[in-house]
Amino acid sequence: MSIPMTASQVLDREFLEIRAKVLELAASFDRLHRAAGVVAGDPRLSLIHEAIDVLQSDADDRAEQVQLIFSLQYDDEWQKKFDMVSAR
Amino acid sequence: MYYIDPHIHMVSRTTDDYETLSRMGCIGLSEPAFWAGFDRGSVDSFRDYFRQLTDFERKRAAQYGIQHFTWLCINAKEAENVSLSREVIAMIPEVLDSPSVLGIGEIGLNKNTKNEATIFVEHLELAIQYNQQILIHTPHLADKYQGTRMILDMLCDDNRIERSRVLVDHVEEHTIRHVLDEGFWAGMTLYPISKCTPQRACDMVEIYGPERLLVNSAGDWGPSKPTAVPDFIIEMRRRGHSERLIRQVVYDNPVQFFSQSQGFDFRAPDVSEAPATN
Repeated sequence: MSIPMTASQVLDREFLEIRAKVLELAASFDRLHRAAGVVAGDPRLSLIHEAIDVLQSDADDRAEQVQLIFSLQYDDEWQKKFDMVSAR
Repeated sequence: MYYIDPHIHMVSRTTDDYETLSRMGCIGLSEPAFWAGFDRGSVDSFRDYFRQLTDFERKRAAQYGIQHFTWLCINAKEAENVSLSREVIAMIPEVLDSPSVLGIGEIGLNKNTKNEATIFVEHLELAIQYNQQILIHTPHLADKYQGTRMILDMLCDDNRIERSRVLVDHVEEHTIRHVLDEGFWAGMTLYPISKCTPQRACDMVEIYGPERLLVNSAGDWGPSKPTAVPDFIIEMRRRGHSERLIRQVVYDNPVQFFSQSQGFDFRAPDVSEAPATN
C-alpha cells in the first residue's frame, strides 16, 4: 500500500511543519549551549547526534533507525540469564 | 464515522469524556486492567477494581451509547510483587465469566525483569487454561525494543497459543514488523509524547497495510488524549485514503479481533456504512 499523495504534495503540506520542527531542535541546542555547565560527554547527546545523522541519510527506514538508536539492545540469551526454559 | 477504541483506561477519565467520545463517533471500547498510579496492597483491591471494570464502567459507558468491554490481569509494574501477582492470577477465574470480559490483559513487561517475565508466563498459562484472548502491553521508550522481542520469544515458545487471538500493543516503527511477521495483531497507541502520533500511525498503515492493525488512544490518568483515534481518522482523510480503508482499521479490525472472544456481545449500530471490502 502506498501513500495517495505525491512527494510534491507531501512537501507542500509538511514544509512548514518540518521547518518548525527543525527550528525547535535548533533552539533546543542553543538553549543547551547558553545554559551553565557542560553536557558534551553525556551519552544522551551522542544518541541525539547519531539520530540527526540518520536524518541526513537517504534510507527509507529512518524512523525505525532512529528508534533503534534510542533503544536498549535485544539479548537473545536473556532466557538463559533468567533461568527460564525456552522451547526453541 | 463510527469507531471502536480498543485500548483506553476509562476509570481514569471523566463522564464528560464518555460524552465527548460518543459525540466523536465512538460506539465501543475495550479497557485493559492497568496500573493505578500506585502499587495496590492486596488481592481484594484487585477484586474491587475488577468489579469497577466489569460493572460500573459498563453502565457509565452505556449512558452515552458506548459498549464497554474489559480485560483482566495484574499489570507488569505490580508483577514485581510475585506473591501478590499469584494471588491475583488465582482470583481472576472468579471474574472471567462476568459480562464484557474479553480476556487477559494488559499483561507484558515494563522494565524487562525476571519477575515480570515470570508473571507474564503465568498469565499466559491462565489464558490458555481458560481459553481467553490476550492483550499485551509492551514497554516504553528505551525498553520497548528489547521487551517486545522478549515477549515475542515467550509467546512463540508456546505452541498452544493461537496467534490470531493475541494483540501486542504499543508497537512503533522498530517493533511492528516483528509482531506482524510472527502472526500476531498489532496495536498502535497514539500518545502526545511517547509511543506514536496519528501521522506516524498512518505511515505504518501505508507501509504494512491494514491487516491485523489496530489504533487506540490508551487514554489514562497521564498526559493522553482520549479522542486520539478521531485524530488518526482525520489524518488518513487528509492524505486521501478511502473511507473503506479507514473504517477497516478503526472499526472492522477491532470487531474482527474481539469477535474471537465469547465476552464480545457487541451490537452493531443500526445503520448501513459501507463495509471494508477490497
